[in-house]
Amino acid sequence: MNFSYQVTKEDFSSAGDASSNFKRTLKKIGIPSNIIRKIAIAMYEAEINMVIHADGGVIEAEVLPEQVVVRLIDKGPGIEDIDLAMKEGFSTATDEIRNLGFGAGMGLPNMKRNSDFLKVNSVVGEGTTVEIIVNLV
Amino acid sequence: MKKILHSIKLIEESCIGCTDCIKRCPTEAIRVRNGKAKINDEVCIDCGMCVRVCRSHAKKTVTDSLEMIKGFKFTVALPAPSLYAQFKKIRDVNLILTAVKKIGFDDVFEVSKAAEFVTAATRKIISEGNLKKPVISSACPAVIKLITMRFPSLIDNILPVISPMELAAIFVKKYLVKNKGLKYSDIGVFFISPCAAKRTNTINPLGIQKSAVDGVIGISDVYMAILDKATKIKQEDVEILTSSTSRGINWALIGGESSTLGVDNAISVDGMENVIEILENLENGQIHDVEFIEALACIGGCVGGPLTLENSFFAKNILKKTQRYTAMSEADRFRKFDFDIDESDYKFCKPIEEVNFLELDDDLSVALKKLQMMNDIYQKLPMIDCGSCGAPTCRALAEDVVRGSANIEDCIFMLRQQVKNLAKSMVELTSKMPQTIKGEEHNANSFEGE
Repeated sequence: MNFSYQVTKEDFSSAGDASSNFKRTLKKIGIPSNIIRKIAIAMYEAEINMVIHADGGVIEAEVLPEQVVVRLIDKGPGIEDIDLAMKEGFSTATDEIRNLGFGAGMGLPNMKRNSDFLKVNSVVGEGTTVEIIVNLV
Repeated sequence: MKKILHSIKLIEESCIGCTDCIKRCPTEAIRVRNGKAKINDEVCIDCGMCVRVCRSHAKKTVTDSLEMIKGFKFTVALPAPSLYAQFKKIRDVNLILTAVKKIGFDDVFEVSKAAEFVTAATRKIISEGNLKKPVISSACPAVIKLITMRFPSLIDNILPVISPMELAAIFVKKYLVKNKGLKYSDIGVFFISPCAAKRTNTINPLGIQKSAVDGVIGISDVYMAILDKATKIKQEDVEILTSSTSRGINWALIGGESSTLGVDNAISVDGMENVIEILENLENGQIHDVEFIEALACIGGCVGGPLTLENSFFAKNILKKTQRYTAMSEADRFRKFDFDIDESDYKFCKPIEEVNFLELDDDLSVALKKLQMMNDIYQKLPMIDCGSCGAPTCRALAEDVVRGSANIEDCIFMLRQQVKNLAKSMVELTSKMPQTIKGEEHNANSFEGE
């Protein structure tokens, strides 16, 4: 089954809505709580990333019998050096965003920690696609 | 033993079947059926929200009666510190406790004293460093039940220490058996409580096998009796019964547990809606670098409990004055106890289990199908959450339909639509006259003019 959520650029008040919604859905279909938590954390980080860096985008989630796949697609500036972005503490967030308590450079590393598979595809100037897979079994 | 899941009951004749409670219940446990608000027993967490918001006062809490103490040879009252906040003009806790004793108990022991020991135990357990951070206080049974149901991934964060009420009961019984030679089964200890969740908690305890508390009596049920005794007691007859410092009394207020614990890096959150928001954030990994979370279901903390009489905000003011008085009292105004409690007394001995009433089906593929059905139904509904169907939201109605406990026609908009469709087909039918009957104007296949 597929789920789709829209994420708006720099809308911090609704950032987290998609992950909260999807979390409720996962509870309804009986996904174990430890797995829900991993997905919620990874997805929330990704959602925040989209709000901060990209011009918003779309999150597509899919529940399969053996795994949950979350795809985050944005038409943002893209990531120049993916390996660098994966390092803890690395951030390109503006001071304004850091002042809000975001942009600590933990986003991608945290997503990786809470997923079984993470793939980042990015083209500078075009956008980024992040695929997160969490295994159910 | 009878399985009691919550301590809220409906006064059928008072319930008018409105939407007050269904809309505010944090676990969406209530539906209006046959004009009455029915609680889904397994989903109720005893927070008391429905009791508070009901305009018809049709929701009541179930607590034990004072009569119950007659079944024991030696009885001890365990007043919650929130009791002290109900007396505007009494500052001396000894006077309140003397009055409590006089309503029929052989002795009194303050839960706030046990709270000081829970604080010490908490400090010790946290310092051992094996707990998942942030540690969530185990003091509020409604919050713990909420976690087991809606936030099971946070169960491991719950402080594995029993509540002050429970520790007070254990201590009192141990003390009386050892120092007064009483038989354990002859001793009855009764919690004087600001909430009914505590009663459910003594019947179905969380984290322990069996509660040492024999009954839970609501503050509101004994308030008048206590006040009556208190006004008649002469100054020289006031007994020295208090043993708690103002720090223990602080537990009745939100923030009290963390400040007594001395943890600055804490979140103190009160009110069910706020508690849910914090737990939601915590589960999403949005809360970092926090040591301790104190979460209480009632606004203001236990002083805002559904069985208290005084407004929660004024109660806080009263309690602060009582605390100041206590802090300034001479040492001879306090009773001394020799405490004999060890780790096995206060530590949880069984795990807190996840409660799964929210899932649509045990089988993932069936659950997914039901979820799809639910979403399809929801798309047809007006999405204005009016509550007329008896469910709190359109989404909840869609879920009820899928679970088989409601019909889509329960929605008045859907019903109206169906009536409209029906009326339309009736009009269409009336135009289809049999050919044998003399034609009317609307007859579709009229041969008029031929």
